[in-house]
Amino acid sequence: MKVSAIAALSLITLGVQSAHAATLDIKITNLTQGIYYTPILIAAHSDDAHLFESGMTASIELQMMAEGGNISGLSTMLDGYSADKVENPAAGLLAPAQSTMTMLETSEGNNMLSITAMMLPTNDGFVGLDSWKIPTEAGTYSIFLNAYDAGTEANNELILEGSGAPGMLGIPAAPGTGAGMAGSSVTNEETNTMIHIHRGTLGDDDMEGGKSDLNNTVHRWLNPVAKVTITVK
Amino acid sequence: MLNKKSLLLPLLGLVLIGCGGGDDKNEIMIPVEPPAPDPMYSFEVTVSNLTYAQPLSPIGIALHKEGNFWQLGQMASNELETLAESGDNSALLALDMVDTSISDTSPLGPGNSITLTITTADMIDAKLSLVTMMVNTNDGFSGLNAIDVSALEVGSLLSFKTRAYDSGTEANNEAVGTIPGPADMGEGFNTLRDDVDFIAVHPGVVGNDDGLSQSVLSYEHKFDNPLMAVSITRIQ
Repeated sequence: MKVSAIAALSLITLGVQSAHAATLDIKITNLTQGIYYTPILIAAHSDDAHLFESGMTASIELQMMAEGGNISGLSTMLDGYSADKVENPAAGLLAPAQSTMTMLETSEGNNMLSITAMMLPTNDGFVGLDSWKIPTEAGTYSIFLNAYDAGTEANNELILEGSGAPGMLGIPAAPGTGAGMAGSSVTNEETNTMIHIHRGTLGDDDMEGGKSDLNNTVHRWLNPVAKVTITVK
Repeated sequence: MLNKKSLLLPLLGLVLIGCGGGDDKNEIMIPVEPPAPDPMYSFEVTVSNLTYAQPLSPIGIALHKEGNFWQLGQMASNELETLAESGDNSALLALDMVDTSISDTSPLGPGNSITLTITTADMIDAKLSLVTMMVNTNDGFSGLNAIDVSALEVGSLLSFKTRAYDSGTEANNEAVGTIPGPADMGEGFNTLRDDVDFIAVHPGVVGNDDGLSQSVLSYEHKFDNPLMAVSITRIQ
């Protein structure tokens, strides 16, 4: 009787431990036809930490990621949260309709999953997942991510080398084909400075002028923009 | 009991009539019970077009055990290209992987719904796929991709909202003569592939009102996800 009670107790303890630490296989697919993702950041963290929250102002670290694809600030922030993380699983850009796979070991208490990557070519658009509760039950789960606007930069839609630095207006690069030049700017204002669902790009069909340097048939998307498949082992 | 008799009597009659020409009229024929029919499994599929002004080409539904009509990030097959550019599902539904299929006969207009029933004698590993084209696009399509229905109980229901995909086989130039739907009545399928040549989530249409000056589409033809509401009910 005593022995079995101890055995039951140790089983319960094991169960609690496995509910808090997990091994995850994570596959991220870029669902878009013409948008590239800069280095992706994946994190498991506690439920009081966030990489971003819609309706809130972006941190400077998020701004660095959303305007220039630089995840080093967010990564340092995660260290402060004792988060588990994977940086840049695709080793550079994740092209349209391509996938990347990685593994994430989570430690006790880090039961929320978050993901960010800048979308190119946009001014400050990013694909994001904020605090998805990691299931304790083993299995494969699929979730779909939306495109957000960091609210930190006017969507002028002008491609300008070096504009990835926070606060420098412009789209730093347009990988792939179809981009134009010499646009006159869509807007110089960003009146909604909170993180919000991206309204999409305007673009135009004038590759040597018009308002936008983006191509209105190529550099556009509808949500969802990414699929994440998570296998909890 | 009554039912059984009424079934057997006509059979008996047939057997006797069949023997009517025989020489030995004293032979007694014992009617043989017909073998029990194989069980059949039926699925009722209801599709609603959720768009504002994108008619959907006749809905095609297939039951199959393996394979996919499309895979995201992969090249479209010629059969899928045909559907996505012209709305003609016949080549896809005729693929070897398809066990049984059904197609509606007319397009499904915006705001409308249709119910189709598909029946099979074999439920093992049964997957259901559904395909249609948004006909006021260059090469946009939507559907369900190999949904496992093998464990669906009679009376049980699966519900889906579908997304718009782009076959990547025809550039989304929206130009005169390239769109088969009522917005243009242009060309459907052609063998040219002048786009990214992989399947992705559809980026949406632009239209001439939104700055694509050559477009035959207008503000009306824009759409967003989801495209369709689909429910699958096993009824037998």
